[in-house]
Amino acid sequence: MTRQSVAMAHEKIQELAWEPLYHTPVSQYGTDYTFQKAKKKDPLKQVLRSYFPMQEEKDHRVYGAADGAIRGNMFRQVQERWLEWQKLFLSIIPLPEISAARAMPLLFNNVPNPELHNGQAIQMIDEVRHSTIQQNLKRLYMNNYIDPAGFNSSLRNFQNDYCGTIGRQFAEGFITGDAITAASIYLTIVAETAFTNTLFVAMPAEAAANGDYLLPTVFHSVQSDESRHISNGYATLLMALADEGNHQLLERDLRYAWWNNHRVVDAAIGTFIEYGTKDRRKDRESYAEMWRRWIYDDYYRSYLVPLEKYGLVIPHDLIEESWNQIWNKGYVHEVAQFFATGWLANYWRIDPMTDKDFEWFEYKYPGWYDKYGAWWENYSRLSTPNGHHPIVAEDVDYQYPHRCWTCMVPCLVREDMVMAEVDGQMRTYCHEACRWTDVEAFRPTYQGRETPNMGQLIGKREWETLYHGWNWADVVSDMGYVRDDGFTLVAQPHLNLDPKKMWNLDHMRRMGPLLSPNVVLNEMTPEEQQAFHADYIRGGPAGRPAPAEA
Amino acid sequence: MTTEVTAERSSPKPEFTDAEAGAKVFPDSTARRYNYYTPAKRKQSHYEDVTVEVQPDPRHYLAQGWLYGFADGRGGYPLTWTALKAWGVDRAEPERYPGSGGKGYEWPAHGWHEFRDPNEEWELTFYRNNSNVVRQINQNVETARQTKAFEQWNPNWVTFVERNVGAWMHVEHGLGLYVFANAQRRAPTNMHNNAISVNSMHRIRFAQDLALYNLTLSEEIPDFDGKAHVETWAEDPAWQGVRRVAEQLTAVDDWAEAVFAANVVFEPLVGELFRSQLVQQAAPGNGDFVTPTVVGAGEFDYASRDLRYTKAMFELLTNDKEFADHNKAVIGGWLEEWVPRCLVAARELQPIWSQPDAKPPRFEDGLDRAKSRFSGILSDLDLTDPKELTQ
Ligand SMILES: [Fe+2]
Ligand SMILES: [Fe+2]
Repeated sequence: MTRQSVAMAHEKIQELAWEPLYHTPVSQYGTDYTFQKAKKKDPLKQVLRSYFPMQEEKDHRVYGAADGAIRGNMFRQVQERWLEWQKLFLSIIPLPEISAARAMPLLFNNVPNPELHNGQAIQMIDEVRHSTIQQNLKRLYMNNYIDPAGFNSSLRNFQNDYCGTIGRQFAEGFITGDAITAASIYLTIVAETAFTNTLFVAMPAEAAANGDYLLPTVFHSVQSDESRHISNGYATLLMALADEGNHQLLERDLRYAWWNNHRVVDAAIGTFIEYGTKDRRKDRESYAEMWRRWIYDDYYRSYLVPLEKYGLVIPHDLIEESWNQIWNKGYVHEVAQFFATGWLANYWRIDPMTDKDFEWFEYKYPGWYDKYGAWWENYSRLSTPNGHHPIVAEDVDYQYPHRCWTCMVPCLVREDMVMAEVDGQMRTYCHEACRWTDVEAFRPTYQGRETPNMGQLIGKREWETLYHGWNWADVVSDMGYVRDDGFTLVAQPHLNLDPKKMWNLDHMRRMGPLLSPNVVLNEMTPEEQQAFHADYIRGGPAGRPAPAEA
Repeated sequence: MTTEVTAERSSPKPEFTDAEAGAKVFPDSTARRYNYYTPAKRKQSHYEDVTVEVQPDPRHYLAQGWLYGFADGRGGYPLTWTALKAWGVDRAEPERYPGSGGKGYEWPAHGWHEFRDPNEEWELTFYRNNSNVVRQINQNVETARQTKAFEQWNPNWVTFVERNVGAWMHVEHGLGLYVFANAQRRAPTNMHNNAISVNSMHRIRFAQDLALYNLTLSEEIPDFDGKAHVETWAEDPAWQGVRRVAEQLTAVDDWAEAVFAANVVFEPLVGELFRSQLVQQAAPGNGDFVTPTVVGAGEFDYASRDLRYTKAMFELLTNDKEFADHNKAVIGGWLEEWVPRCLVAARELQPIWSQPDAKPPRFEDGLDRAKSRFSGILSDLDLTDPKELTQ
């Protein structure tokens, strides 16, 4: 900038806003929160005159690194195990990013503070930046990595895939429902402030350890915008806290947002970091260790707890329970095992675990081998077609799980599964907190209070139902998970690209039909449903069916 | 900084994996293009690759539908958020039920997905363009400051700039935030919403350019009143018509109407009238060669980029193979409302034409030029002049 200091420039642009006199801006997004007009300083004082060159400079570094990676043959050193999971991650993440952009206007009318709107508009364009820069990274992978399948179809496949769909809530939670619940609490206070550290800092470190230094370059560049967004959220949160009447809603929304983010983000990123890496140095941090540091210490202890004195009711129980899930109940391991069980309904390849991996898991998570070792040995054994079915249809002491209606991750920690009849349908939930989200939080009344602006859980929330009774060959064809020979599957439970070792439609054709667990459950009598539930919660860990009653 | 290394450093060891494109031949080994959409031209463009289908559509691949909805149960990006229609939209969304499968309609399913931003704006182009603009403005203003160019200004011109050029910053700011940033939540495709968000930032940036230029002038010109623009915008009768229309634009519910009214009606009849027919014409005669460069940057963004995508967007709709007539009728209704509003605003602005010492070309001549520019845009869009234009 010229001589003008950033502070003066920022002070000056505050003169731009004006009170409408003749017409008020249209109100399109409702909230049950109330805000008093209050002068709240935009904490970051960003002026576009300096913002644009700053971002352009960051871009130079990103695109310079991209050129360097290609010239330096980065892909000769990239671990396929890792990059395959990027087919999932990079298919999901551009939508949450762009949805964050779309979410910003939800705040304009509801948060009566023009000074914050400036920061929100900059966040909007930051998010356009993130979305397109990530699409571009994926394009580069597609063009330069050995196996483009799955990258080339990502935006189609992620929309109907069960893992992609789990991630999609991360986007849709930002843009619909109560405007403050969505664009402030879910998006900025929890998703960005708590979980972007694992997304954009922990994950890139793992990428680098697997020979990919482009992902870190792009995602650190993305993360460098995040502190501004976190400040936007914080300023809005303080305004919300100023009104006593919001406290009950804040408590509700923090519970929902926390638990949903834990369920969704820890499932995906936990799997990438623990099961997508070849780096098995004993001193590299496990996902649990990272979580403890980034999320428990940095977010929970340092960010959330100090807000208690302003009247924020913090979901201590759910935060401790999330840790309990990760540390004692094997949440990430259960998810990775499930993702691998369903490999045939995906669009990337999942590498089997080896003795070296087992050793690391046992070191980091004592007792891991007794729970999961045998199953992963079976996964290896069944990875290339040899007269048997994919693992999901073989007897490997694994009970295919029911899906959680709310977070859409299956009910993997079997003992926690709960059921509820909603709108004439019996639904399963992975945990009481997910039942509460659907049955109590996302409703037009909450604890006796009218909440007419609260959103709804909608959609066909488990994919299996759409394909109930179908042959597997038709399922994967319909979903578009077939390579350009019209025969070989995109997904494989191994990394061998020899066509003779790859699974194809003939292998799928001879499997039995796909049955939707939810359809089957709803065909049962109430007594049978209760018996089913009693049995289900005695199952696990590692998906083991309940032992026969003594 | 310490260089002493006490223990062996632990770091991952690079491994030769040969995971490079072309290392092996197998099904899909050469399938290196995004295969879920059809490009507008023969080849898929870089812009399309980073933009198309990021915002999903239940009629394509979103088999399970949107997962979260508003209180009324609607999720995503309802097509009914505008009265305009694109071919195919009246076909029902594919129904899903046990065993239905997940197939959607063939790409593009409906006409909304045919829109491409002719500016091909995405991250790389956007930051490059806008950085260039702010750098250019900085340099121009800085050079003017060093060469004492502001001392050449006629005294009345100083007042004109502090009040009137100053007042314009409010228009850009209000429309940037509450029309365009707002509208980018509401259009049916990512192509629309990204283009609209870029438009939003052009305006917010232009507003800030004018504000910071105003700040420089407060520092450089002894009697320059840096707050005069606030009072002018709030109270000057000449500006109340503009303010009324600007506020009314933020009150529009239909996103396409808001974008159309702002970029197709308001900008030519009011925005360009003020900027091109008055400021740019009057400045040199009053000794000012700097203001035109600042105002010109915003003018260029509008004329060469924002109007360009807007025309491409509405051209598709007025030529739609199914709904051209419907759309023209809806837009005709918009024109009947917005043209008189904008003409009133333009006429109320007339007194400021007489404020500079060195007089600009006559108001009526400027307005005639603005009107003919406007009707040229309408004819490009296959729309006819509304009778209100002759008022
Ligand atoms: Fe982002
Ligand atoms: Fe759940």
